[in-house]
Amino acid sequence: MLKKYGGVPFIVWTIVFTVLPILIITYYSITLKDGSFSIDNFKMFFDPRILNIVKRSLSVAVLTTIFCLLFGYPLAFFMNRVKPTTERFLVVLLVLPMWMNFLLRTYAWQAILGKNGVINAVLSFFHLPTQNLMFTQTAVIIVMVYNFLPFMVLPIYTVIKKIDKGIVEAAEDLGANQAKVFTKVIFPLSLPGVVSGISMTFLPAVSSFVVPDLIGGGKSNMIGNLIEKQFLLLSNWHLGAALSMVLVLMILISVYFTNQYSDDEGGQLW
Amino acid sequence: MNLIELKNLTKIYDGETVVDHIDLYIKENEFVTMLGPSGCGKTTTLRMIGGFVSPDDGDILFNGDDLTVIPPYKRQINTVFQKYALFPHLNVYENIAFGLRIKKFKASEIDKKVKKMLKLVGLEGYEKRKIDALSGGQQQRIAIARALVNEPKVLLLDEPLGALDLKLRKDMQIELKAMQQELGITFIYVTHDQEEALTMSDTIVVMNKGVIQQIGSPTEIYNEPENAFVADFIGESNIVEGIMLKDKVVSIAGNSYDCVDVGFNPNELIDVVIRPEDMTMCDKEHATFTGTVEQVVFKGVHYEILFKSDKQTWMIHSTKSADIGAEVHVHVEAFDFHIMRKVSAC
Repeated sequence: MLKKYGGVPFIVWTIVFTVLPILIITYYSITLKDGSFSIDNFKMFFDPRILNIVKRSLSVAVLTTIFCLLFGYPLAFFMNRVKPTTERFLVVLLVLPMWMNFLLRTYAWQAILGKNGVINAVLSFFHLPTQNLMFTQTAVIIVMVYNFLPFMVLPIYTVIKKIDKGIVEAAEDLGANQAKVFTKVIFPLSLPGVVSGISMTFLPAVSSFVVPDLIGGGKSNMIGNLIEKQFLLLSNWHLGAALSMVLVLMILISVYFTNQYSDDEGGQLW
Repeated sequence: MNLIELKNLTKIYDGETVVDHIDLYIKENEFVTMLGPSGCGKTTTLRMIGGFVSPDDGDILFNGDDLTVIPPYKRQINTVFQKYALFPHLNVYENIAFGLRIKKFKASEIDKKVKKMLKLVGLEGYEKRKIDALSGGQQQRIAIARALVNEPKVLLLDEPLGALDLKLRKDMQIELKAMQQELGITFIYVTHDQEEALTMSDTIVVMNKGVIQQIGSPTEIYNEPENAFVADFIGESNIVEGIMLKDKVVSIAGNSYDCVDVGFNPNELIDVVIRPEDMTMCDKEHATFTGTVEQVVFKGVHYEILFKSDKQTWMIHSTKSADIGAEVHVHVEAFDFHIMRKVSAC
C-alpha cells in the first residue's frame, strides 16, 4: 500500500504548487490584457530599461557569488583543519543566523549600515567622516554575501570533509608538500562542492528582491523587484509572468551547467 | 648493512602503549613481514616508518640517519595503502605519474616510466581508465605501480591484499614476491594472514600487543615458535599445559612423554605445542596417545579430527577419516613435542 500510494501526497503537492502555477504563469505570459495571445510581453524584455535591470541583477548575483566563494572557501577549508570541538562550534556559528528570519536579519543590516547606524556611530566616535552606506549597490552586495555565505560554505565544507584522509597521505607519500597536496588533491576534489555552492548562492541571489528593496532602497532594482512591481504595483500580471518565465529560464540554464560539473560527486544540499 | 633500524620504538595512544619499545633491523632487499592480530601495533609501526605517525619514544634510522625528523614527502619510502587511496579525480596514467610530476620529471621520461610500470603490473592499455571503472584487483595493481614508479628504497605495504578474493590474493602474493626480487627493493609488509606471511617473506616479525614475539624466517617461525602465542597464531596448534619433569621428559595430564627439549627447571610449568599434522593415526603398539574421536570435519585437503585422551582434546590433520566414537591411536615423534616457556603476563 505505502509503496504504491506513498508518493501520492508528493505528487498532489507538486501538481498544485509547482505544475499548476507554472501553467498559470505561462498562460499569463503569452496573453495580453484583452485575453488575446501574443508574445509582446517577451519582446518587452529587450526594452533597454528592463535589459539594464537584468544586467544589474546578473552582475550583483555574480559579485555576490564571487565574494561568497572568496570568503567561503578558506573558511570551509579551515573548518576541516581545526580540532573537532572548535569545528562543531564553527558550524553552529555559521548556521545560527540561518535559524533567524531572513527579513529580520535584513532589517538588522539597516540598523548597521544606516545613517545613524552602528558603523557611522563608530566612525563619528573617532571623529571620522560618516559614510553614506545605505541605498547603494555595495550595501546590497554586502548584505547578500552575508545572507548567502552559509550556502557557499556548507557544501564545500562537506565535500572537503568527505575526502579520504588516506588520499591526502598517499599524496604526501608520493612527495607532495602541503601546498601541492592542496593544489593537486584537495582543491580538485572539492570542486563539486564549489559548483554546488555557486549554484546555491547564485540562483537565489539573481532572483532576490527583498535585499535590493530594503537595503538598496529601490535604487538598485533587480529582476525580482521588477517582477514584484508588475504584480503588486502595476497590476501588469502579463509582463510580470513573462519576466518570471525569463528568470526561470536563466535559472534552468545555470542549473544545467552546474550539473555538468558536479555529476555524482555529492556535496549538493538539495 | 641495515637499511632501516628501529630502536626502542614506542607509540602511545590515549595512555595505551600500542607499540612497546620494539627493536628491529631491516636489511637491504629484504622482504620483511610484520604479522599479528589486529591491534597488535603492526600498522602503527609501518605508519611510523612512513612518517604518518610520529613516535613517542625511540629512533628510526634510515641508512644510519635519523628518519623521524624528515616529513613523509621527503622520505625515499613509498606506501601501498590498505584501501589503495588512489586519486579518484585522476585516471590510471595520472595516478601513476603523480609522484613523478611532483618531482618535475620530463614528460617523455614520465611516459616511459609509467608505461613500464603498467607493463610490470600487467595493465597495459588502461592508461585512460577512470579509477572507479577498475576492479579491486586492478586498483591494487595501480596502487602498487603508483608507489613503485618512484623507485623507492623501501616499499611499505599495509595489508594490500586484504580486500581481494582468495584466488586473486594467492596470485598477487606470487607476483609481489617476484616484483620484489626483480626490482631489488626492500619490502615491509603488514598482514594478519599467516599464510601470506609464510609464502612471501624472507623474515617474519610476529607481533602481539605492541611487542615483538619472534623474528625469524618462515621455517623458523613455523617449526620453532618461541612461545605459545606464535605457535597458535602461525598455523594450527594443539597447545596444552605441561610440566617439565627433567631434561627431555615432559608430563601432560599426569603421563610422561619423551621430548628433545633441555634447559628447563625441574618441574617447571610449560606449554606444550604439537602441530595437528605431526599427529598421525597408527596401530596400537606405536601409540603415543589413545583416545576417542569426538568430531570429524572435512577441510578439503584433509580431515580435522578431534579426539579426547585423558580429559585433553587434541586436533589431528589426517588424509584419512575416522568414525565418531571410535578409539584412535595416535603417534607423535619426540621432536614434535615443542616445549615453550609460559609467556609472562603483560
